[in-house]
Amino acid sequence: MSERLQKGLEVLRAEVDSKVQSFFSSCVRCGVCAESCLFYTETKDPRYTPIYKTEPLRKLWKNEYSFWGKLTGKLGMTKAMTEADLADWEELVYDGCSMCGRCSMVCPVGVDIAMIIFKVKHALAVAGFSPEGLVETTQRAIDVGSPMGVTLKTVQAVIKHVERDTGLSVPMDVEGADYMALLSSNEIALYPEYLESLVKIFDHAGVSWTLSSEAFEATNSGLQIGNKAIAGQLVQRVVDGAEKLKVKTVISPECGHAYTALRWEGPNFLGKAYSFKVVHILELLDELRAQGRIKTTGMETDRLTFHDPCSIVRRGGVLAQPRNLLEPITENFVEMTDHGSMNWCCGGGGGVSGNERAEELKHTAFNRKKSQIEELKVDAVVTACSNCRMVMEDGIEANEMDMPLLGLTELIAEHLAEDRAE
Amino acid sequence: MIGYLIDGPLWYFSLAVFSIGVVWQLVAIIFASRKTDLSVARGSASRGAIRNVFSRFIPHREIAPQIRVQVVAGYMFHLGLFALLFFAAPHVIFLEENFFGFGWTAMPHWGFILAAQFAFLGLIILWLRRMLNSVSRLISTLDDHVAAILTFVVMLTGCLALLEGFHELRLLHRFTVELLLIYFPFSCLMHTFTFIPSRAFTGAWFGRRGIDS
Repeated sequence: MSERLQKGLEVLRAEVDSKVQSFFSSCVRCGVCAESCLFYTETKDPRYTPIYKTEPLRKLWKNEYSFWGKLTGKLGMTKAMTEADLADWEELVYDGCSMCGRCSMVCPVGVDIAMIIFKVKHALAVAGFSPEGLVETTQRAIDVGSPMGVTLKTVQAVIKHVERDTGLSVPMDVEGADYMALLSSNEIALYPEYLESLVKIFDHAGVSWTLSSEAFEATNSGLQIGNKAIAGQLVQRVVDGAEKLKVKTVISPECGHAYTALRWEGPNFLGKAYSFKVVHILELLDELRAQGRIKTTGMETDRLTFHDPCSIVRRGGVLAQPRNLLEPITENFVEMTDHGSMNWCCGGGGGVSGNERAEELKHTAFNRKKSQIEELKVDAVVTACSNCRMVMEDGIEANEMDMPLLGLTELIAEHLAEDRAE
Repeated sequence: MIGYLIDGPLWYFSLAVFSIGVVWQLVAIIFASRKTDLSVARGSASRGAIRNVFSRFIPHREIAPQIRVQVVAGYMFHLGLFALLFFAAPHVIFLEENFFGFGWTAMPHWGFILAAQFAFLGLIILWLRRMLNSVSRLISTLDDHVAAILTFVVMLTGCLALLEGFHELRLLHRFTVELLLIYFPFSCLMHTFTFIPSRAFTGAWFGRRGIDS
């Protein structure tokens, strides 16, 4: 048995728990999950059926935990797993799954398919069956601190521009601040307007906040590639930064996987609860709005809709907040037909956007989002995830659509009233 | 001799395998390792769990049109089978004499025929779909086909056993039931029970996040 296979099987074994046993005992191979998955609906390739992507773990469960597997094992008749059982699933799991979790919402017997796929990803990542692009970005995240190679110098350069444009200062390393804000590499490199918006909104609302020079990066490449140890390592950097500055709350930015990694999975990766709270930026903005600390003026008159980032809304629970925030500043807002916790993925989550090999498949999968947008005849789409934004802009350009993508935090900042909230 | 075996030792053996097997499997699942979620919950896991056990009986509006066949045929089969199992007159008598000591009102004969038609039609449609649909063909296992065929044979022999003049047909039906009971705990038929913890686990996961799944 090769070392890679051995490592992969060890991880798969460690991933078999009560839930996995219950789920595999319950699945009746009805195929309903396929109709929820944009990689299947847009390609009609049955291999992208969500439950099929869990096959490596199912085979191990069948061989080592099921009655027939144990019986045939004792009789020496088990068909042992091979490297191909892992290698052949790399493309399905990394290119053909964005971890959106829509399948987990529809399974009639309640299987959390996305959770099982993540377990399979973990095994593939440890065994070395991951796309080259993701391996490189993950290594960069470990070595440099950011998957895109963004350093503190880059952040400082962006800060300089923001301070010049706003006339406000960006606090850095302020001990005892209420909030420590994080940024994703995408926001720093592609959407620096996000930081500018934060500065304006926090000044307007009188929020005590800071960035950390040692822990500014929110993106978690470990989660994207499926390596729990690396994911935990990257979360630990944020924890160390937050504890050093003694902040009460850490703000996760407009980045889906950052929120999943920090808010929901981080304590489990590290094996202990945090000493601080974690909120998504939309949760904080909605809290400030409800407290009357954000005053807005004017309304967007364009016909707008909202794309629900999967890791923030469906898998993260931040469902009402974007709507609460859009309501005071939009007069022509329409929901997508499938919206909220049942919205469709942009197709770029789960590391798909960082996986060059998956480019064509990602564009095909985007057809689902394209048809959602076209059906509504909107003037622009609002979202709250920099990865979704990048993927959708890419898809919009590839399809020669004329469709602006707006970030929700920026939209709020644009409508801040000049007089501050009391 | 065969009749004695089917009505006697084989019946008790199959009942023992079924009941011990089902309990064993459920205990093994529920008491397998489970890690506590250390994240701070936003909503209630227990509310989500209980809610999801029931809410999954109704498909999400967003996907219902695409899964019409599975939903309609699935309910035809399951509801028809449930009605047959617990409300067909011969079964009511059997259950009263062998298990509960009391009976209840059985379906009228026309109800029995209707339930049987629904159950057969549902099962046949689902099995045909399993063989003809590219997704189902890819993901189905031998277990799925054996379970479908065995269930069909039990139902078919049950209809034959209605010809009460032929004692052998009743024995044949009982024999196929015993085969099904022995097969049950080691097959996908366990979803009959495991769908409850599965829905509960997923409901709890989403419930902690404040999402109604």
